[in-house]
Amino acid sequence: MRASAGDVSAQVRQGRVSATSITERYLEAIESFDGKLHAFLTVMAGYAVEQATRIDKLVEMGKDPGPLAGVPVAIKDNLCTRGILTTCASRILENWRPPYSATVVKKLERAGAVIVGKTNMDEFAMGSSTENSAFGVTRNPYDADRVPGGSSGGSAAAVASGLSVVALGSDTGGSIRQPAALCGVVGMKPTYGMVSRYGLVAFASSLDQIGPFGTTVEDVALIFSVIAGHDPRDSTSLKVRRDVDTGSLVLAPAGVAASGQEGTADAPDGPMLDEDAYIWPAGHSLLDGAIEGLRIGVLEEITSDAAPDVRRRVEEAAAALVSLGATVEEVSIPELHYALGAYYLIAPAEASSNLARYDGIRYGLRVDAEDVTSMMSRTRSGGFGSEVKRRIMLGTYALSAGYYDAYYGQAQRVRAVLVDAFAAVYRDYDVLIGATTPATAFGVGEKTGDPLAMYLSDVCTIPSNLAGHPAISVPFGAGDDGLPVGVQVLAPALGEPVMFRVAAAIESAARSLPPPPVCFADGMGVQSDMGDGHA
Amino acid sequence: MGMSDLVGYRGYEPVIGLEVHCELDTLTKMFCGCPNSFGDAPNTNTCPVCLALPGSLPVVNEKAVELAARIGLALHCEVRSSIFHRKNYFYPDMPKDYQISQYDEPINVNGWLELPASGVRIEIERAHMEEDTGKTTHVGGGGRIHDSSFSLVDYNRAGVPLVEIVSRPDIHSSEQARQYVSELRMLLVSIGASKARMEEGSLRVDANVSVRPEGSGALGTRCEIKNLNSLRSLVRAIEYEIERQVDLVSTGQVVVQQTRHWDEAGGRTIALRSKEEAHDYRYFPEPDLVRLDFDSDRVARIAGALPPTPEQRRARIMSLFDTSTGADLVATIVEMGLDVLVISAIEHGVVPDRALSRTANEAAARVEDALNLDPGTYARLLMMEQDGKLTPTQTKAVLQAMMDSGGEPESIASTMGFEAMEPDAMVSVVTGIVDAHPDEWQRYRDGESKLAQFFVGQVMKATRGKANGKEVIAALDKLKADAL
Ligand SMILES: [Zn+2]
Repeated sequence: MRASAGDVSAQVRQGRVSATSITERYLEAIESFDGKLHAFLTVMAGYAVEQATRIDKLVEMGKDPGPLAGVPVAIKDNLCTRGILTTCASRILENWRPPYSATVVKKLERAGAVIVGKTNMDEFAMGSSTENSAFGVTRNPYDADRVPGGSSGGSAAAVASGLSVVALGSDTGGSIRQPAALCGVVGMKPTYGMVSRYGLVAFASSLDQIGPFGTTVEDVALIFSVIAGHDPRDSTSLKVRRDVDTGSLVLAPAGVAASGQEGTADAPDGPMLDEDAYIWPAGHSLLDGAIEGLRIGVLEEITSDAAPDVRRRVEEAAAALVSLGATVEEVSIPELHYALGAYYLIAPAEASSNLARYDGIRYGLRVDAEDVTSMMSRTRSGGFGSEVKRRIMLGTYALSAGYYDAYYGQAQRVRAVLVDAFAAVYRDYDVLIGATTPATAFGVGEKTGDPLAMYLSDVCTIPSNLAGHPAISVPFGAGDDGLPVGVQVLAPALGEPVMFRVAAAIESAARSLPPPPVCFADGMGVQSDMGDGHA
Repeated sequence: MGMSDLVGYRGYEPVIGLEVHCELDTLTKMFCGCPNSFGDAPNTNTCPVCLALPGSLPVVNEKAVELAARIGLALHCEVRSSIFHRKNYFYPDMPKDYQISQYDEPINVNGWLELPASGVRIEIERAHMEEDTGKTTHVGGGGRIHDSSFSLVDYNRAGVPLVEIVSRPDIHSSEQARQYVSELRMLLVSIGASKARMEEGSLRVDANVSVRPEGSGALGTRCEIKNLNSLRSLVRAIEYEIERQVDLVSTGQVVVQQTRHWDEAGGRTIALRSKEEAHDYRYFPEPDLVRLDFDSDRVARIAGALPPTPEQRRARIMSLFDTSTGADLVATIVEMGLDVLVISAIEHGVVPDRALSRTANEAAARVEDALNLDPGTYARLLMMEQDGKLTPTQTKAVLQAMMDSGGEPESIASTMGFEAMEPDAMVSVVTGIVDAHPDEWQRYRDGESKLAQFFVGQVMKATRGKANGKEVIAALDKLKADAL
């Protein structure tokens, strides 16, 4: 059995296992197994041991190191880690070490987590297979000839193979949920604004959200509760609190507008400003509450076109929810047919602007030339991979004078229509379920020559990003090929509590998949019954 | 009025619109906590946000928004909810390679500024917020980006808050343009929004110039002139550009829409790029920022705390005078920021003419020091003079001391020994002086009245300035009458 975050932190907090010994075991496991997977771009061995030692000292002194005490965490390489390579799997940032850490990294460390490494991804999170990494593909732990999905493929593979207990990824169009489904783990995208984007290298600012991977819904909910919360450094970050009576999330009366106070906005690499960051009181389970009486819709547009084996798993999940007392009906949002098109205008448009800063002037790659214009041009030509260039050109075109209204403007109108359509459906349903991906993991190289086919693998996940809603993928057995299938739960904005509840119910009904052939299942050194560690 | 206004432009009327960029006088930058300060060592006021490091995000400076709203209110604009846009173009001194600016929903729209000399109102189209760029120094070659051997970039200025004030094309001469910028500059300083120093670049002007036949309502093709670093170059560049365009159209040629650079040394404008080469800025709403809400309560709060504009300050002083003479002097005093001294003095009972002349002469001669004077203390000094406790000479000496090192006029006067002389003592000094200069005294008695100044001077010397000149002359006249 792969270790869970809850178990690890409980044992470390009780002093039964030291964080250092756990960390060393995981670092050794990465050393032995990651050659086969290539989930990691950077292993933070020295740093991790330092963190673990700090946590053990706290335990010795009788202090509580936090809810993630000693839990090994892998984080996607587009999250800034102070002094540690943060490459976005791009040549253009190959040697870049940020002088500051992302807010989520600080929150993890404050909770006692031990960050063990930075994971592989599609370059700048643009892709669905992790094949667009400038530093080599990541393999699916269940089948080394298959992709792990993407763009957060390294994080998904690390958790699936037990090389880290939990992980962080980023999800712009499905980049957490899709690889989670393909690797047989739980992956979740929060409500837009729920988790600070400060220190997440931007792909498409209005769609990007950071979220957790884990082997269980409980672990994912735990990580979510640690990283969620308002951050004064992210103007789009929501001020949310948990209503004690209903358990639901509500926006704080102050609203969403954020503005800095003159002179008090301290150095952006300083300590966290928001000390009241935990939305959930310690020990409170996000999974409490009944399924009985919930109204659940099976969303046709993300299910009916999926492969038959995937569709069958969704139907079984629906049946399980009915047996727990929920009402389940099929529901359709025809407007979703326009989602993929809108997404592939909005995301590249924002990306074309977000990636302009990689010009060779201040940091990252510089390819010298006779004048500054040629230097910028050569740097960008040499530093970006072909998918990144494709999207920059697509986005630049969509924003150009004379085309803006027909492309970017139209896509934003579609987005507004989708938000309204979802709102109408959520008047009748608490959550929606459906497939996470149209099929199980595809082969390495299978879709690299056909960008459109690759884009279509995000068709089930993109709607939640456009709407800014939370969604989670839960493993639900295997497809006909024996590879993992994920079932997705979608909820309205701030609907995380009910979403987690339904996800946990689906999880408990799922036929559990055996751990992958490439797997480290001996995290705490107390169990050794599963997995021999060899492919 | 310049020469050109008198002789006209050969039957053509210039049409000028101005874009004025002013840096806001905040402690910190527009979107991060770095100091907004001029003249520091290069790249010391920087952080991940204003260097556009990957992953950093902007947060709006509340104070900058307040100052932008002040500008809008002082310019009689409508102040509204607004959003930020990204203006995309590549340039080495712009860290993100886009500028966060405002586009179709700016904070301030539809205002006006009145030119004080003529009462002409220049309409303001908009006054929007944006961020400044860094500064590039091109080393080698002609100091321009294309022929330099390398360039150095200082990002201290990157992200400094700016407001761009865009006038409608309501300006019809270089002199009006000068008056507009001069009045606007004074207004920005007056309401505490900007230091507005052209020499430091905290106020920068671009001029859009076109010409059309007099009487025509149509607009000609315009050129935008950049690099106007002083009022003098503004006037010269506009004059040059008008003449250049009139030369073209009056000989049947066409003006090409261009951005032109003012060459101060050469005294001419030079084409930078034409419309065809113009950037496509690909504006789109800035997704990293949320709408900037501005309800009427907030506007009212800022309006209620708005410091007076130059127009209001001039009107305030003029209302304390019976006649409108001295309007030019008042305008100068307001421009120097010394009107608070005049008003305070008058409110403390000083006769308006005395308050104005002391301020316009002695205080204005040392304007930087005078600005540090406490208005109430200044008023007490002028009252001491008015009450005869100090002579004009003594008053000036005390004022210089106050401007040198501060202090109270009463104690300075006492330290300097400026006790008012007893009348008897003064008369005895005058008698002594008269006795010592019999020849001069005889000539004075014979009607050579200008010798009065000689005697006053001698008495002043003997009393070290304590005597009152008018009283000395009165005493001389009494002696003269007694001797008859
Ligand atoms: Zn800064």
